[in-house]
Parts: sequence; structure tokens; C-alpha cells
Amino acid sequence: MTAASKPISLKDDGAESKRSTPLGDALRQFRRNRMAVVAFFIISFFIFMAITSSLWTSISFLDAPKGFKARHTINPAGLERVDPYAEPGHCARDGLDQGKAWCALLTEEQRARFPNSCRVEIPDPNQRQWCYILGSDGGGKDWLTQTVYGAQVSLAVAFVGSSVSLLLGLVYGMVSGFYGGRIDNVMMRFVDFLYGIPGLVIIIIMQVYFREISSKYQDSSGLVGFIIEINKDLGGLLFLFIALGLLSWIGTARLARGQVLSYREKEFVEAARAVGARDRRIIFVHLLPNIIGPLLVAETLAIPGYIFAEAFLSYIGLGVQPGTPSWGEMISRAGQEGGFFSNRHMIYVPSAALVMLTLAFNFFGDGLRDALDPRLRGR
Amino acid sequence: MTNVAKSEQVTAAPAKKKNSGDPIVSVRGLKKHFPIKSGMIFQRETAAVKAVDGLDFDIFRGETLGLVGESGCGKSTTGRTILQLHRATSGTVSFEGMELTTLKGNDLREMRRKMQIIFQDPYASLNPRMSISRIISEPLVVHGIGSERDRQKRVEELLERVGLNPFFANRYPHEFSGGQRQRIGVARALALEPSFIVCDEPISALDVSIQAQVVNLLQDLQRDMGLTYLFIAHDLSMVRHICDRVAVMYLGKIVEMAESEELYTNPLHPYTQALLSAVPVPDPDVEENRQRIILKGDLPSPANPPVGCNFNTRCPVAIDVCFDWDPELIEVLPGHWVACHRVT
Repeated sequence: MTAASKPISLKDDGAESKRSTPLGDALRQFRRNRMAVVAFFIISFFIFMAITSSLWTSISFLDAPKGFKARHTINPAGLERVDPYAEPGHCARDGLDQGKAWCALLTEEQRARFPNSCRVEIPDPNQRQWCYILGSDGGGKDWLTQTVYGAQVSLAVAFVGSSVSLLLGLVYGMVSGFYGGRIDNVMMRFVDFLYGIPGLVIIIIMQVYFREISSKYQDSSGLVGFIIEINKDLGGLLFLFIALGLLSWIGTARLARGQVLSYREKEFVEAARAVGARDRRIIFVHLLPNIIGPLLVAETLAIPGYIFAEAFLSYIGLGVQPGTPSWGEMISRAGQEGGFFSNRHMIYVPSAALVMLTLAFNFFGDGLRDALDPRLRGR
Repeated sequence: MTNVAKSEQVTAAPAKKKNSGDPIVSVRGLKKHFPIKSGMIFQRETAAVKAVDGLDFDIFRGETLGLVGESGCGKSTTGRTILQLHRATSGTVSFEGMELTTLKGNDLREMRRKMQIIFQDPYASLNPRMSISRIISEPLVVHGIGSERDRQKRVEELLERVGLNPFFANRYPHEFSGGQRQRIGVARALALEPSFIVCDEPISALDVSIQAQVVNLLQDLQRDMGLTYLFIAHDLSMVRHICDRVAVMYLGKIVEMAESEELYTNPLHPYTQALLSAVPVPDPDVEENRQRIILKGDLPSPANPPVGCNFNTRCPVAIDVCFDWDPELIEVLPGHWVACHRVT
């Protein structure tokens, strides 16, 4: 570029203008935080798995192979207990005689002991092979597939929970902070009131209530029936979203209000007023871009909370409906079906997924905070 | 009484305009009280901070009126109330004959094109998320002036006018120094070609070396564009340098107002004398004999100002009458107004 003394057209300094934008700086700062980048890829990996889970049915399966039966068929005499849980890494094929595929899981000794239970001893190589990469549950259902489907639930809760919280909280908090005075006072006292209520208890009570409603009005038509129908299609997630979203926005609203209060008095806002900018312009052009960063960070850091809440509710049986795999529900089932002593993989796999995803969101949120806070930004 | 500012400083402003007798801004009985509320939900107004408590003055076209006083005396509030950034509690502000305090909505927005403000803190006065070009063109966007291309051109012009490289238009505020940011603030204020600008301590956050540059820029702009300034400051020597007239404020009121030289050579109000006695004189002989008038106590709370003259708690020469009623601002010499019982 030539000397700077003459006015130069603004268009031809592309290299200059790209040098430093708030977004560019944020990205650069984010990339410096290695844990956050790793966390970003872990989250992306889970999202990818969750989105593509239904495409995997050729190598994976939610339902057991045909003929895979529960344990009582194996142990008819009660002489020795043989559990049909596939250990991680076991493979099986559907037998010629359908219904006996599980026999492939048994050792020679076991087969010899129950000859009548295992008529097909040699798996038919023409049949499709089923591999339990991470083992199975007691029904012969693949544990990995269920974990991936569980990721769908957890991620859906994470994104719906945080979006509802962000949207409601942002609007509520901004209105309260921007208009101030009596409006602010009344709105914030309401938030204080909600804040005093123990959230989890309310969620549990609401879930119980929803459950009763949906069994009572199962076949009713109209709006209630419609909502119940949607909830059923979502595996019970709709009511979970409502229960979680109802209280989750409170913290966001407080944060948004505080941010608005601090930026509202900044001189650049006053400068905008001095040139005659309307409220709408001040809110959307001057306040929102400045306050959205901390809110996004707070919301990202709140996601593990939503995931845990869902897992907890599903663990105690108040979350997703039976038949929908979710990590909490899977851990609960693992506990009932042997726990740490006989089927460790059933506990480890969903727990590890839960820990990984929540930690990843925490580290991602940390990285985001460092990236979006200009005061922490190194040059 | 000590009259300290007698050193014959050379006044740098070469051509000081005399009052043309054409007030561009007339302030009458201006009050701005901020209510103090108490109560949880049903708030009652229990008291008020009397930030500005009855001001009368005119600002003449083309002049620079300095407004000085210690922190918290209501200088900035005065500037903002004139611009209707705070709505006055009572009193009137007329600008070019138009009454502002009752204007609303689009009428007020229209008037804002003619009056602008430059802020003290160059770090808080620019939106960190907006590029320089967007910041300076915002007034044009708000008023729907010109096409996108026109605005860009105007931004370049303005940047050049305030001594910045137009090349910087697409950068963001954090990439600039304090002085450069202040110039950007000036460019934004100039975008609508106003006739009156409130300079709210525009130089007190800057390095001394930069202060002179910004002051010179403001003076150049005044000369070239015929601007009128209300220059709020607490740096008395800088005010003497650039202002035609100076008003001294104390606790929401003007205590003395006069032509700059007159005020500095012949201060009448004890508060003004105390203020001026604190200004160091760049002459060792004078400086040696300079006697400071040290005021005792603190500025009283503007929520609960003293009865009578509100300077009576700290005044070294207060007499009984000062505790009884408030002195009025009276023109004791031509163009020299004082509010003090001991003078009048």
C-alpha cells in the first residue's frame, strides 16, 4: 500500500481490514487454548454421532439380533447361570434356526452342558454377523448404539435447554435492565421469587404431573392430546424440555440485566442517544453485540447442568419414556442388571460418555470465555 | 483578599471574539434533580440529589464558554441536560430560539443534528464492537442522510478533518490510542455538522502532550466551522487558554461567570479565588509568594445542600446573612456575574 497521506479508497485495503476484527481476534485466541479445541472436537464428534446414528443400522442395531432371547431361556434348569450379555468385542450371527443366535456367545463347555438349548452350534457364515463393539444389554441390544442414541437425547437437552434459557433470559433481562425503574424492580422481584424455589424439586413434581396427565388423557383429542402425542414421539423429551426450560432462564435473565445496566450507562450509548438513535437501535446495535458474549459463555457453561439434570431424572425414572435410550436411564438399567460385578461395560460406557461430554462443554465454555473477553486477550 | 492569578500570562488564543449578543443557547432556571427512591416494590421518592439547582446563562454564537468546578458539582449534568440527554426537572433551555425541554420524538431528533457532545473517556465513548467507519457514520445512518457510498466518503472526509488517516476506517477502536480515539469521537460529533458542541472534559483523560493536539484541533474546527462550545473542564489553565468566558460552578449553581481574562485577573467569589489560588504559576518569583487558600471540609452532599448560600460551610469570609438566604447571581461589573453576599 502506498503512503497514507492521501485518501485511499476504502475498498482496496482488504488485507488491512482483515487484520483485526473482533471475531477474528476471538477465533485466534480460542485456537490458542488447546483444551478448548480438543473439547470442541469432542463435542463435534458427539454431534456427528447423534445426527448420523440412524444411518448406521447396517453395522449397528438398536434391536437385538433375531432370536436373541432373555436369560431365562439359557438357564432352564437353574443349574448354572449363564448370562447372555455380550462382552465388548463379541460377534454373533443369526443362526439357520432363527432364535438361537445367542448360542454363539456361549463357550464350548456351556454349550455342552445345555445341548437342547443350543441346537445350532455352528453359526451360518451366510448370515449377517452382528458385532457388539461395546457389548450388549441383557436383551441383546447393542450398548454402543444405545449410547449413541443417548447422545441424541443429551445433546437435544443441551441445545434446547440452553436456547430456551438464552432466549427467555435475554429478552426478560434486557427489557428489565433497559427500561429500569419500576418495571425492573417488579420483574427482578419475580425472578428473586423463582430463584428461591428449589429447581430440581419443581422439575420432579412437574414430571410426575406430566406423567399422570399423559396417562390420563392418553386418547383425548384436541390440544392436550396433540401435545401428549408429540411428547410420545419425542420419547418424553417435550415435557422434559418444558420442565427444564421453565426455571433455567432465571440466571440468564439476571446476567443479561446486569450486563445491560453496565453498558446502558456507557458513553457510547449516550453518544448514540445524542445523535438521536431510537431505543431499538440502541438495543440491537449497541447493547446486544456487547452483552451477548458473556451470555453465550454462561449458557455454554450451564449446558453440563442440563445434561446432568436429564440424566438424573432419567436415572430415577422421571426423564425419558421407557424404550428411549438415555445415558441416565442406561446407567440405571446397568445397575439393575448386574452393576459393577457382572456387567461393567454397561456402567462404564454411558458414564464415560456423560463425563466426556460434560467436561467437553466445560472446557469449551472456558475457551469461549477467554476468547470473547477482550481484557484477557493477549496481543 | 489574595488575588493570585496576577502573573501576566500570554493568552494564546489570538482572536477572541467578543459577544455578538446573539445567544445560541439560553438556559433559564435549569434544575436537574435525581430522585432517591426507597422501598422494595412500591418505591417512594424520599429525597433528591440536586445535581443542577437553578442555572441561568447564555452561550453566544461562536464563543467557547468554559464550565469549571470540582468533581460532583454538576458540570457534566448541566451539559447533558442542555442536550436533553437528561430531561430537566424544571427550567428552560432554548436553542436557536427553540425550546428544547418540551420537545419530544422526531422534533427533538431533528434538533439533535445541530448539537453534539464529545465525551471525557475516549475508551468508553466508542462502541468496541463497531468499526471506526460505522461509528462515525452512525449519526448519518440514524438521520438517513446519504447513500452508503456517500457516507463512506463523508467518513473519509471527517477522518482527514480530525487528522486521522482515512485508511483506518475499517479498524476497531481498540487498535487506537487515547488521543486517536478522542479524534474519532470528535469526527462523530462533526458528522451532522452541528453548530453547538458540548465538550465534556474532552482532554482530562489524555496525556498532556496529546491534550494540546486535541485542544488545537477543537480550536481549528471552531475557527473553520463557526462552532460554539460549552467546554466543561477542571483544568483551569487550559480553560483560560481556550475559553472566551468562564462560569464557575459549585454544588449545582453558578457562583461566578465572567470573561476569561476578567475572571482570572479579578476573581470576586471566594470559591473562585480558592480555585485559582491552587493553580501553579510558571514563574518562580510569583510561585514563591503564591498563597493558597485552603478550603476546609468536603463538598456537601447535593442531596442535602446547606441552607442559605451553599458555599457557607467552607467559605472563609462567610457572615450571618450567608446562612440565611441564598445570594443571587448579579452582574456586578459589565459581563461579570457573581453570587456572593460579600461582593454585592
